[in-house]
Amino acid sequence: MIRFSNVSKKFDKYEVLRGIDLELKEGRIIGLLGPNASGKTTLIKTLLGMVVPTSGDIFFMDKSIRHDWEYRNHIGYMPQIGKYPENMTMGQIFEMIEDLRKKDKELDRDLYNSYNLGTLLQKRMGTLSGGTRQKVSAHLAFLFDPKVLVLDEPTAGLDPLSALTLKEKIVKEREKGKLILISSHILSELDDIVDQIIYLEEGKIVVNQPIEQLKEETQKSKLSEAIATLMSRSN
Amino acid sequence: MKKIIKYVVSDILRNKIIIAYTAFLLLISFGLFIIEDVPEKSLMSMLTMNLTLIPLVSIMFSTIYIYNSGEFIELLAAQPVKRKTLWFSIFISLALAMSISFLIGFGIPVLLFSANTVGITMIITGVMLSVIFVSISLFAAVHIKDKTKGIGVALLMWLFFTVIFDGLVLFLLFQFLEYPLENLIVVLSMLNPVDLVRIVSLMQMDISALMGATTAVFKNTFTGGVGSVLTFVVLLIWLVVPLYFSIRKFDLKDL
Repeated sequence: MIRFSNVSKKFDKYEVLRGIDLELKEGRIIGLLGPNASGKTTLIKTLLGMVVPTSGDIFFMDKSIRHDWEYRNHIGYMPQIGKYPENMTMGQIFEMIEDLRKKDKELDRDLYNSYNLGTLLQKRMGTLSGGTRQKVSAHLAFLFDPKVLVLDEPTAGLDPLSALTLKEKIVKEREKGKLILISSHILSELDDIVDQIIYLEEGKIVVNQPIEQLKEETQKSKLSEAIATLMSRSN
Repeated sequence: MKKIIKYVVSDILRNKIIIAYTAFLLLISFGLFIIEDVPEKSLMSMLTMNLTLIPLVSIMFSTIYIYNSGEFIELLAAQPVKRKTLWFSIFISLALAMSISFLIGFGIPVLLFSANTVGITMIITGVMLSVIFVSISLFAAVHIKDKTKGIGVALLMWLFFTVIFDGLVLFLLFQFLEYPLENLIVVLSMLNPVDLVRIVSLMQMDISALMGATTAVFKNTFTGGVGSVLTFVVLLIWLVVPLYFSIRKFDLKDL
């Protein structure tokens, strides 16, 4: 569904992504892992067209995303830090985004309801806590029932209960055959839901394997341990 | 695109500065018309305002707005919206806001007190100047990432067009006093939208008869049918060129 072909990105002289080749298929939850500053967020941003690769190309359903924008109709994006205009209220944000995106499908308000966002509609975004903003981002990502979900550190800043709600929602969406890409540096939270692991280090893919294969190879039952084994092996 | 313009305009209007600016213009314009008995005298003072205050507010407001709306722009860029459409909509919205403020604050008093060629010329050129400086500010803001630096550059640009440029022209004039420079000055005045507007407005006023030989050349070049079209085209170039390059830059910018 999504294919990265030799994607590289330089910020000034600093190489953030180095020749990424990647194929992502639908119906799976893919965990994008790696230490801080390994290029996870940049990789996600190139997929969304917010960062333009220095070289290489990205294909969404076999169409290059360069100069294209309509493909973003099929992507729900939850940023790492949800930045919203501070003087707009939550209701105004929802209204605007709903108005801007085409609504040929029914809107998915599961998270809106379970997070009780309806009670906060009059609040200005600037007054909200980080966790509440994350809930807003999560709701907006799932709202349009997109084929692809890109979640950048989704549970960071969420309380355990809200994180669990989000996790359940993610699993539910996989059953509908969606492609879900989750980036995270906390391994344990992903343990039980991911199907495939992509491990980035200094802008390169070190590991790209289905989770069963990974566990088998390293003889570990827990994902965090398996990754730790891999990391120490590569050192 | 209409939808984006709608949201950006409502975002700008939430900013109280634009309303204060309109009120300030209204106050000054009415004040000047009431103090002087001859409307032309008031228009002279208002011309000075047009040539300094309007570019300043236009360029500073737009630049600061762009930097402060980083989040807003980022949020919209992640939606299925074309980058070029997004940037162009921001330009249209800022241009609309600045023009409407100017038309209310300056246009209404002028139409009430002095609805003649001079007044109309000043209204049209004032709107053009407002929009041109929005376009210049977008060009600066899209190229400079740092907010403080960007605002500094915008301020410098304003200073250049309103003060420094004239100083350079004067310097040139005095250096080459013995040579006939009329045609060169005409060309030079096209390189600065503020000067062009000043000349075109002065040409409409009676006092232009009291000026020297260069004025005659100016009068030939910038007044009458052909002259008006020429002025308009030059101002249009000043509007389109920075805008075009800023759109091109924004299309490939990393957010």
